[in-house]
Amino acid sequence: MTVPPVAESVPVRTESGSNPPRAIQGRTPWALVFERLRHDRTAVVSAVVVAVIVLVALGAPLIAQIVGHTPDAQFRETGLSAAGIPVGPSRAFLFGTDDLGRDVFIRVVYGTRISLLAGVVASVLAVMVGVVIGLASGYFGGHTDTALSRLMDVVLSLPYLVFAIALVSVVGPSLGISIAVIAFFSWASVGRVVRGQALSITQKEYVEAARSLGAGDAHIMFIEILPNVLAAVIVYTTLLIPAAITFEATLSFLGLGVVPPTPTWGNMLSESMAYYKVAWWFVVFPGAALLLTTLAFNLLGDSVRDAFDPRHDQTFAAHPDAGA
Amino acid sequence: MIRFLARRIGFALLVLWVVATAVFLMYFVAPHNVARLIAGRQATAETVALVRHRLGLDLPVPVQYGRFLLRLAHGDLGYSFVNSESIGAIIRRDLPVTASLALGGAVLWLVIGVGAGVLAAKRPRSALDRVTTGLSLFFYSMPTFLLGELFLLFLFFRLYMAGIRFFPPSGYVPLSASVGEWARHLILPWLTIALVTAATYSRLVRGSMLDVLGEDYIKTARSKGLSERRVTYRHALRSALTPALTQFGIDLGTLLGGAIVTEQVFGLPGLGREAVLAITTEDLPLIIGIVILASAFVVVANIVVDMLYAVLDPRVRVES
Amino acid sequence: MTGATVPASLAAPPGGRAGDVLVRIEHVVKHFPVKSSALFRRRAETVHAVDGVTVEIRRGETLGLVGETGCGKSTLARCITRLYELTSGRVIFDGVDVSRFSRAELRPFRRRMQMIFQDPYGSLNPRRRVGSIIGDPFAIHGVAEGEDRKRRVQDLMAVVGLNPEHYNRFPSEFSGGQRQRIGIARAIALRPDLVVCDEPVSALDVSIRAQVLNLLADLQRDLGLTYLFISHDLSVVRHTSDRVAVMYLGKIVEIAPAHDLYQHPRHPYTVALLSAVPVPDPDVADAQQRIILSGDPPSPLDPPTGCRFHPRCPKAQAICAAQDPALVPHLADAPDHRAACHFPVADGEILATAAGAAP
Repeated sequence: MTVPPVAESVPVRTESGSNPPRAIQGRTPWALVFERLRHDRTAVVSAVVVAVIVLVALGAPLIAQIVGHTPDAQFRETGLSAAGIPVGPSRAFLFGTDDLGRDVFIRVVYGTRISLLAGVVASVLAVMVGVVIGLASGYFGGHTDTALSRLMDVVLSLPYLVFAIALVSVVGPSLGISIAVIAFFSWASVGRVVRGQALSITQKEYVEAARSLGAGDAHIMFIEILPNVLAAVIVYTTLLIPAAITFEATLSFLGLGVVPPTPTWGNMLSESMAYYKVAWWFVVFPGAALLLTTLAFNLLGDSVRDAFDPRHDQTFAAHPDAGA
Repeated sequence: MIRFLARRIGFALLVLWVVATAVFLMYFVAPHNVARLIAGRQATAETVALVRHRLGLDLPVPVQYGRFLLRLAHGDLGYSFVNSESIGAIIRRDLPVTASLALGGAVLWLVIGVGAGVLAAKRPRSALDRVTTGLSLFFYSMPTFLLGELFLLFLFFRLYMAGIRFFPPSGYVPLSASVGEWARHLILPWLTIALVTAATYSRLVRGSMLDVLGEDYIKTARSKGLSERRVTYRHALRSALTPALTQFGIDLGTLLGGAIVTEQVFGLPGLGREAVLAITTEDLPLIIGIVILASAFVVVANIVVDMLYAVLDPRVRVES
Repeated sequence: MTGATVPASLAAPPGGRAGDVLVRIEHVVKHFPVKSSALFRRRAETVHAVDGVTVEIRRGETLGLVGETGCGKSTLARCITRLYELTSGRVIFDGVDVSRFSRAELRPFRRRMQMIFQDPYGSLNPRRRVGSIIGDPFAIHGVAEGEDRKRRVQDLMAVVGLNPEHYNRFPSEFSGGQRQRIGIARAIALRPDLVVCDEPVSALDVSIRAQVLNLLADLQRDLGLTYLFISHDLSVVRHTSDRVAVMYLGKIVEIAPAHDLYQHPRHPYTVALLSAVPVPDPDVADAQQRIILSGDPPSPLDPPTGCRFHPRCPKAQAICAAQDPALVPHLADAPDHRAACHFPVADGEILATAAGAAP
């Protein structure tokens, strides 16, 4: 007796060769998420904004060429008034100049690079560390879990800014230190979330099945468990990036991050503290750039989270393909 | 209950010990002339040698560590050579400023944040909800220092130029001198802290309220005929507030250790600004002292929060 | 006949002769300590999941293992495949004592004994593609890479009746029956000697069961597999097994060739189980005596003394509470029909109901 291949959902071509009936496509879990994102207007808008910001960061030298100003160039004749006060937005200086007659527009553009770099690198680092430690903690359980959980609790209890101050005062401010500090204070919250999920997934039958096949710990952690926490990890990363960007800006503002003359939004806002009465543009434009970036990432992060886990209070527009 | 408390205190001590050790490692083991740093940049060679001996920096490192911990245990945070004051005195001077800022801000953000969250949760997807959510997102994305600076620009300066001289630019007036002036100088700083923090709470409370309102026991309460107000405030709020409570402990504790950015922007002479200044003057003992104090605040705040949990939720007390 | 002829990649001849003992399980005991949640009850409690089981599995046969939920059959299965550590006892696989082997030492044996799980929805990782899941045995044991692995996986899919083109699909895109086939493909990938089937069809629609059972039978014939077939459903076991063992509360109470067990059950528990199997013919069903066991099944935390079944047994007497009966042949039975009972049921004997009350 033959066991035929079990029925599959492939459209059958009718005799006359006319259009086949619409196939029922099985949707992979990732396709579903993508579909939800595609139809979420805020997600699309914020994604576009983020893309533009990334492009600006990547194209900064090109933009500098087009405008004709470099971020460090000081235009004492045209950029400062007779009294030495920065000049406001004009054709020559789109965002005005700063206290040294530098083009604020170009400096804001270059500042994008630092913010994005710090934000993304620190987040990715934090997530990588958090995932590994969370997986180990949740999978191995027992003493490993106790020790690692304690570690995460301790790290989460540290007042981060004060600590960052202490650290930087010893080592000296730099971009690398900023990234390391941000990553250090961010990994533990990721780790906790991953640990929780790993704990419950370790009890699932497919993990038992993997063990019965002879799979080693690494296989189970990274091939069986990790894909199931990936959703949470992705959401966390997108929400971590704006926090990291803000953290970096704060550090630079306090003089603990990237120091002048390299432009970052944080140190520009710090410099502008002395000039806000005479040069509002020096505050508003870097501030707007910073705010816009964090807003866009936060919106995107919220949308991504909703795409992975639609909440009960959301109404869904009917899928355009539904009922066809 | 006692065991529960004991465990929490044990953990708190662990954190403090880790912090103290980390700080010790950073300064005393890091490769630079510690005595020189402590004595200050302007110190002469004799002062440096004196400092070195007086601080026992010529002793082996483990011994120094032991003495360091011992001093801490006695509550002695050290002496600031740069300021020629004991750290304790500096803290006593600065703490009221930070506390005024932190506590005032806390009251504001609780009222605004929790209030907005509850209101939004009661009418999901209404106009009110959408506005609240939008504003929350806006302020949530706003770095504190930026908001502070914007306030200075628009609420202080622009209004000032327009003739409204209400908001002062900076500075602090102690409560003992004049309540009115004290408050007037703190309004902008309070608003800065409160709006940014309230955004987090509003999102948090809205989310957890929505979860709780969907629970069966709430439906039961309603079907028993309880008024909507009672349902919301007596039943739902209690459970929904727990995550906010945890967050509050962390936030208040952290803030008490120095609302660094806000103090910097508004020129308030609190612990935060002191810490930032200490970097430029390279005043190590002061930085160490403030770091440890800040950690202590966070840790104590967490214990208080946990105890509140134990009071509110009997399950916590019985856990093995 | 399976969906495709057995491909070359699978057609390695099995070692050993049919009829040899493949797995010997000796006095296996598995206890789980239970942590008491109340603050003051410090007395350590253990769940006596498996309490001294001795049985053999012969090469090429299907040994059925039946019992109520909680009798320990799944635990026993996991002890045999060494997913659990044994509390005591020995598991001897093809002459090698694997009871105390470390994970590294067990690895080569993992190729030779495999498991098929009950829950088609839980036993496959929802975030992995099916081809990857089936390819795991090859990956883990370093048997095949890349294109070779893909080809072998697709061969396997064909053998179990799946469309090899669905290699890249996720489990959620398959039905329950198809998912079980995926699990089966995964289990037979490396041509194991022993396949432990833990309730493989219990979660499937009745209409699908026959297909899957037939597949298992075909595979056994084509690949020379040995099955340990676990189920709570006697009618399923009857048609698939050569021999059947009945478990109760952690011990085997009767073991016999399938035909003998169903025609001449000796242990009162077996008789009760069989009486509960629904019979399609209403007249025959009416004529059957239904034995209703009284009392709740005792808990494995605190098993009864002596014969564990005595509190619910219609034939229990004083000796049953005192002495645990040995698993031996009774009456005129052949040596491989054994029951653990002081008062085995003779052919045609009517069992009184409701005699046993809980002690």
